This record gives sequence, structure tokens and C-alpha cells, in this order.
Amino acid sequence: MSTPPTMPTPTSRAKPTNPGTWAPRATSSSPAGPRPPRGAGRRILLVALYLLLTGVGLLYLLPFAIQIVTSFKTDPDAAANPLSLLPNPFSLESYRRLFGLGNAADAVPFSTWLGNSVLVTLFITAGRVFFDSLAGYALARLDFRGRNLLFNGLLTVMSVPGVVLLIPKFLVLNQLGIFDTYAGMIVPLLVDAAGVFIMRQFFLSIPREVEEAARIDGAGVFRTFWSVVLPMAKPALITLTILSFQGSWNEFTHFLVATQSPQYQTLTTGLASFVSGSLSSGTQYPLKLTAALLATIPVAVLFFAFQRHFVRSANSGAVKE
Amino acid sequence: MSQYGSGSGSVAAPPAPAGGDGSTGAGGRRRPRRGSASGIKGRQGLWGWLFVSPMVLVLGLFLLLPIGMALWVSLLNWDGQSNPFTGAADFVGTDNYSNVLATDGLDRTLFMTSVRNNLYFVLLAVPLQTILALALAVAVNSRRVKGKSLFRTIFYFPSVTSSIAISTVFLFLFQGSGAVNALLKWVGITGPKWFTDANGLVWTILGGLGIVDPDKPTAALASNGFLGLSWWDWLSGPSIAMCTVIMLIVWTSSGTYMLIFLAALQDVPAELEEAALLDGANRWQSFRNVTIPALRPVIFLVVTLGLIGSWQIFDAVYVMSQGAPGNTTLTPAFLSYTAGFGDSEYGRAAAIAFILLAIIMVMTLIQRVLLRDRDKPVRAGRRFGAVRRRAS
Repeated sequence: MSTPPTMPTPTSRAKPTNPGTWAPRATSSSPAGPRPPRGAGRRILLVALYLLLTGVGLLYLLPFAIQIVTSFKTDPDAAANPLSLLPNPFSLESYRRLFGLGNAADAVPFSTWLGNSVLVTLFITAGRVFFDSLAGYALARLDFRGRNLLFNGLLTVMSVPGVVLLIPKFLVLNQLGIFDTYAGMIVPLLVDAAGVFIMRQFFLSIPREVEEAARIDGAGVFRTFWSVVLPMAKPALITLTILSFQGSWNEFTHFLVATQSPQYQTLTTGLASFVSGSLSSGTQYPLKLTAALLATIPVAVLFFAFQRHFVRSANSGAVKE
Repeated sequence: MSQYGSGSGSVAAPPAPAGGDGSTGAGGRRRPRRGSASGIKGRQGLWGWLFVSPMVLVLGLFLLLPIGMALWVSLLNWDGQSNPFTGAADFVGTDNYSNVLATDGLDRTLFMTSVRNNLYFVLLAVPLQTILALALAVAVNSRRVKGKSLFRTIFYFPSVTSSIAISTVFLFLFQGSGAVNALLKWVGITGPKWFTDANGLVWTILGGLGIVDPDKPTAALASNGFLGLSWWDWLSGPSIAMCTVIMLIVWTSSGTYMLIFLAALQDVPAELEEAALLDGANRWQSFRNVTIPALRPVIFLVVTLGLIGSWQIFDAVYVMSQGAPGNTTLTPAFLSYTAGFGDSEYGRAAAIAFILLAIIMVMTLIQRVLLRDRDKPVRAGRRFGAVRRRAS
């Protein structure tokens, strides 16, 4: 397609007929002359578009705004004025209770959840970045017997839905004796099929000549991978790191079936049990929303800092098939 | 016999050399470029397996093995206490499957209720999220809108956050005296008690129109049934509580699908739409007749991704309703979980998981078949565009 890099506006045709138009695209369709009603219609359309976008945008933002505001409210205030965007009175009680600064009796084991989440996220992210790139490189570049079979197996495994594996995973963890341990939480998530797939696709796009030069210089397979190929894969590695962090930080179902003791609760399983009943007394919404907010913040920061990597991964889902 | 058959089939192919090449495999063809490499290849084989061994180990142990073990357990009556892989296991054949699918009883009624709930979930959530995502993508993609990336960020943000945290927020918003009902009161509507309202949407609406009384089921519908559920129950629509879950999912997933649509929209050649406009089509006609056909494969993709995802709803149900009220937010995924961890009937739980797997596999297959020729409509559209440009 010979699309010009700039906006393909047919200004050359529009200009002579209506030199006074400030909106270059307003009347482009009519070579006969300016058509004010249509231009006005378009401006109304544009305003309507903005109104719609802003309205829907508010709908997407408001829940988070209410969540943040409610975290500074007291219980009675949150119950009486759930919609109000001004905490009255302003209270830090929820934060104090989450971090164990209030009465010891009504504290929520938030620091345990946070600690567990940080721990498993670190291990899983590190494991995924390393093991996914190893496997992705081998599937893309190394010749070995059974490679195609493995790759097809990987594609099949990718389409197995996670919720179907709830009971099966529990059976295996139980059988291996790692149910309700950190090992049971971390090891099954150390490699993920989608990550291997992303890395394989990336390594396929690196020119072979680079590796061959390294080999001629006498570098072995692992050395070539580690000090030549991997540094070139930085963009893919960043994407993979972010995806792994987000995935393991937000992971819920695996931890739900892999553990049962409160000492292994993460932010997701802890919050879920807190909210859905077993820990809660009364409504305590400010407390729950504060815990949810704090659980959201790390991923939110990551999202706003590295948005294009998230966007890329969302689209890789479309290319996947 | 079969040898002759295959021989006659390959007559069209070049004869002897092809056979020689085939025996060395795909690697053989590349070999000349790499030089005297049988040593390198042998080493590569070793390294290759070393590199993939963590993947093989983890995915094998925690994805493939579980499926095999669960298949065995789904044929047992097992309460989770003894070792199910010894001779002492209580083998019951396909009883778990027939209890859930065929035999009249509580198990089947529960499972069919969960299937009904999920069907209504799919029926509402998939079209809503697809249309919303497409509308958002088109609006954000419009060349005259400024602040595209800001809007894109806002719409996509809910998709990346924790489902548990988001569900907590929705639980607060949709309480009986929560923010949503406060908002509705402003416009003079008394909102329902969202999470405790088990009434079906269909009967509620028909009741509101005065056609049926939601509290008094029509006798013909209530006394006859199918698969352990009365017609009145089958036709009830999603409960009000389920509608809340649907709203949550539409709200969180539309951002992801919007991004997929956005990427596809950028591939729709701009001059195609321009040409249509030049030919006197209005915006809507150009959208309907040019943009939508060019997007058809992506729409298929989003719909099937939505179908597959909709059968996996678990987190939101776990946090917001746990299947209540009146089992109207129970989904097969959640039922499988509670059958195992709640009722210690792991055999039934595994059987439900496999039925669910079968449902999702069918959806995936449909997706594969539909997407096999996903390039076609786009190419046709481009050809159309080229013709158009030449003509104008």
C-alpha cells in the first residue's frame, strides 16, 4: 500500500474551494464547495464523540477513585455516603490497622500477605525470565530431536484452561508432598507456556549470523546464548519480566489450591478470604478497599511506567493462534 | 498394501532425491551451510534438551500429569483422604459423569444450574464486551480525537489489575446501600439489592411489564422440565446477582479486546474508508461496509476468546458471591472447586472439570476452524480498495 506517512488528507482538492476553513478535514468530501451544515454536523459529532469517551472514561475511573477515597473514610462514613468523594472525617485508621499499628486484636495479617506476595513474585519472575528464555532459545535455534513435537505440545498446553486444572493440580501437589509449602506455590509457576512462546518468536527474529560469528570465535552453546543472544533480546526480556511480575502478583487460583494455612496467604488469597467471609466481621469496607488498593498499586505503577509492553503482550494474544 | 498406496500417492513428487533428503530431516537441509557439523549437531542436541528440560519438567509435572491423574480420579469415589493410586481405591467407572449428566438427582440439578448460569453469562457478556470494545477502539482510533493514548490507558487499566482487588471494589459499589444504588437514586430509580437478588432477569422484566408474576411460576413451565431443571428455571435468564458479575467482567475485559481491535483498525487502509466517503457514503455506511468487513476475522477472534474466557469465570464468583444467592451465580468452574474442596467429593469435582474442559475445547476448536481463513476478508477488502482507487 502506498500510504503516505502523513495523514492522507486530500487537502490539495479541498483548499482551493474553501480556503477559509480552519478544520482541514471538515469539507474534504465535496469538491463543489463548502457545505456548512455538514461541517457543523461533524463538529457536533466530534463533540458527541468526546462526550462519549469522557463519559465512558469516567465509568472506568470512578470505581478506582471511590476506592482510593473510601480507604480514607471511617466505617460509618463509608456506609452512609458510599458515593461521596470527600472523606468526612479523614481517617488513616485502615492503613494503621493493615500495618498492625492499631489494636493487636483487630489487625489483619496484611504484612504476612505482602511478604508472601513479594517472595513468590520474585522467585516466579526470576524463574520465568530465565527458564522461558532458555526453552524459547532452544525451540527457536537449537537442532535437537523432538523439537517439533515439543513445540506442538507447547501450543496444545497453552490452550488448556487454568480453571480446569484446579482439582488436578491439587492432586499432584498432594501426591508430591509439597501441598501447603512455598515450593508448591512457586515451582509449578516457574515456567509458563505463553512466555516460552513469546521468547521463541523473538529469538526467531534475531539474525543467525550473530550466533555463527560467536561460534566461529569459539564460544560454546551456552556462552553464545548467555553473552551474545540474550543481551540482544532485551526488549523481549523486559516484556516477559513485566508480564511475569503481573501474572504472579495477581495469581489467585493456583495459590488457592496449593495452600491452606494462613501463613502462606498472599495478597490475593488473603484478601479473597478476608472479603468473602472467613475473616470478616461486619462490613469493614474501608479496610477491605485499602487492602485491595495496596494490592493494586505495584502493578498500577508498572503499568503506567511500561505501558507499551502491556499493549504489546495484549496484542501478542491476538497473533498467538 | 499401504506401502503401495503411499507410493502411488507420491508419484507427482520428484522421485529419488526427495526420499534421501527426507531421511535426514529438516536439519539436513541446513547442514551444508554450517559445514562439517555432525559434532556440533550432536552437541546441540544435548544442549537443546538441557535448555528445555526445566520447561518439560514443570509443564509435564504440573500440566500434563495432573490431567492424567484427574482423569483417573474422575473414575473414583474418593474423599481426598486415602491414596487414590493403590488397589484400595473405590473404582466407580463413569458414575461421576452419569451422576452429573444423566441420573436424576441433586448432583445433576446443581451441575445443570451452573451450566444454565454460565450460558446466560455467555449470552450477555460476550456480545456486550465485543460491542463495547469495538466501539471504544473506533472512538479512540478516530483521527480527530486528541488524547488517544490517555483514553487507551484509562480503558485498558482495569484489565491489568488483580481480579480479586477489582471484585472487592465491585462488592462495595453494588451493596444494597452502595454507590451504584446511590447513583440510581439521583435519577429516581430504586436499585435492587444486587448480590442478594436471585430473581431471573427475564421474569423480572416480564414481571415489570405485568405479563407474568415472578413470584408465581407459570404451572406449565414449573411442573415440566429438562435435565433436572424446570423450564421456568431454564428460561429465567441470569439472576440480578449474576448481572453484577457480568458487568464486572465486561468492564474488566473490554480493555484488552479494545487493544486487539485497535491493532486491527490500524491495519485497515485509511484510503479505503476515504474512498467510500468520496463516493458519497456517510460515516456509518463506510463503517458498516468497509471497516466491519475488514475487521471480520478479528471480530471472530474476540468473540471466541470471549466464549473461551466466559467458561472460566472463577475469581469474581469466589469473591463476590460464592455461588449465592440461590445458586444463581454458580458456574461449572466454581462448582468443580466446591465439590472438591468443600464437599470432599474429588471424583465428582474432577468429572465436572473434564466436562468443562470438553466444553472449552469445543470452543477452541471452533475458533481454530473459523480463524483458519482469517486473512481472506482483509485481503478481499484490500483488493476492493485497490480497485476503488484506480476507479476514482
